[in-house]
Amino acid sequence: MRLDGVILDELTHLSLADLCRACATHAERILALVDEGILTPEEVPPHGWRFTGQQLRRAQMALRLQNDLGVNLAGAALAVQLIEERNALREQLQRLDVEKRRIEIEIHDFL
Amino acid sequence: MEFKDYYKIMGVGRNATQDEIKRAYRQLARKYHPDVSKERDAEVRFKEVGEAYEALKDPEKRAAYDRLGAQWKNGQEFQPPPDWNEGFEFSGGGFTGQGQGHGGAEFSEFFEQLFGRAAAGGAGFTGRHHGRASGAGFHAQGADRHARVLIDLEDAYHGTTRTIVLHVPEMDAGGQVTVREQKLNVNIPQGVRAGQQIRLSGQGSPGIGQGRAGDLYLEIEFRPHAIYRVEQRDVLLDLPLAPWEAALGATVAVPTPGGGVELKIPPGSATGAKLRLKGRGIPGAKTTAVAGDFYVVLQIVLPPATDEAGKAVYLALAKQFGGFNPRAKLDAVPNEKPAAEMGTRQRATENKAASAEHRPGA
Repeated sequence: MRLDGVILDELTHLSLADLCRACATHAERILALVDEGILTPEEVPPHGWRFTGQQLRRAQMALRLQNDLGVNLAGAALAVQLIEERNALREQLQRLDVEKRRIEIEIHDFL
Repeated sequence: MEFKDYYKIMGVGRNATQDEIKRAYRQLARKYHPDVSKERDAEVRFKEVGEAYEALKDPEKRAAYDRLGAQWKNGQEFQPPPDWNEGFEFSGGGFTGQGQGHGGAEFSEFFEQLFGRAAAGGAGFTGRHHGRASGAGFHAQGADRHARVLIDLEDAYHGTTRTIVLHVPEMDAGGQVTVREQKLNVNIPQGVRAGQQIRLSGQGSPGIGQGRAGDLYLEIEFRPHAIYRVEQRDVLLDLPLAPWEAALGATVAVPTPGGGVELKIPPGSATGAKLRLKGRGIPGAKTTAVAGDFYVVLQIVLPPATDEAGKAVYLALAKQFGGFNPRAKLDAVPNEKPAAEMGTRQRATENKAASAEHRPGA
């Protein structure tokens, strides 16, 4: 049997209820994440919220950091932000490493 | 059953104070938390440290553990002596799960033999939040599971299938915990990008009672490619060109992960110029999703002038383009400013030298 999964990306739409279920938590904790600015859901009239797959990941990360490391909400928000920045920098560094190797080979050939 | 040296895992001595153990735990938990650490075995290490702390933070458990003696080595075959926990009170609940989801609360067989069994589920990667969960009528969602999947860039263009092997701890009829290998065949849809997650509903650990099963999250990673670079959903390729192809224009066969294309190089192209093939990057994952673009970065490669005939061609070029200055940009940079700065600095040192000379005389 082959299993199919769902890609969680910026086009994945999740309601508050979906998010609560996926994070196995109460709406209050999700609301707290929104209040802290960790999650920025899209407003859907009349009174709904829409989260993306990326936000699900942020929510899970923030909740895990709180539960596992005992950081408070603000600390989790800071950690999530720094972890995302670090991951982006790490990717950039990897790209530059490839570029550097290419240039080194070129210089080597030239010499 | 393997002996677990909890002191070694925590990196503390057997005479460490409770405060020292707590500090060591805090540090290691931050270091190995799977959201923080990029190390492949972070989750395993994190759980190991959590288990060690669970045993050592409670003075009763720690005292009982200490009584086993210091002669045991980590990983050594071990059976607890029958009366080892006489006089200590810690068996039964205390660290049961709340059903919050992640990572599960599987302690090692060693821990469970000594201190009893922790319930599955629980919050975060530690999978342990205090609260009595055992007994009738309790339902909890099963823990989510996480795995990384390494795919090729081409797989993101066409989709692929992967067999994921998960290690599932299970209790057999005799109450023994065994680790079972579970194989899942998973379709990796086209349009996935590195760093994205794929969720497989209900493929996590089973729920407790009537609680639903957790989910399985697969994190996608691309294997580094020999010729392509990936930036988000765009894909880049360095395309080497002969000087005449760049100068006169040409039609060149260019590979892309989605198949080869014929690319028209406009006359007068320069090294570093980027040609965009719209929509030929990583495809959209859904009908509404936008596909990335494919960029061809031009690199002009000179044929080596190794023989006389070759050199003659370059000489003819030099004669033909006598007025061409490849360094026109360098010459255009104004030279006065650095020179002026140097002048001031020189003057300043001269002044200093002058005053130094002056002082002995004064």
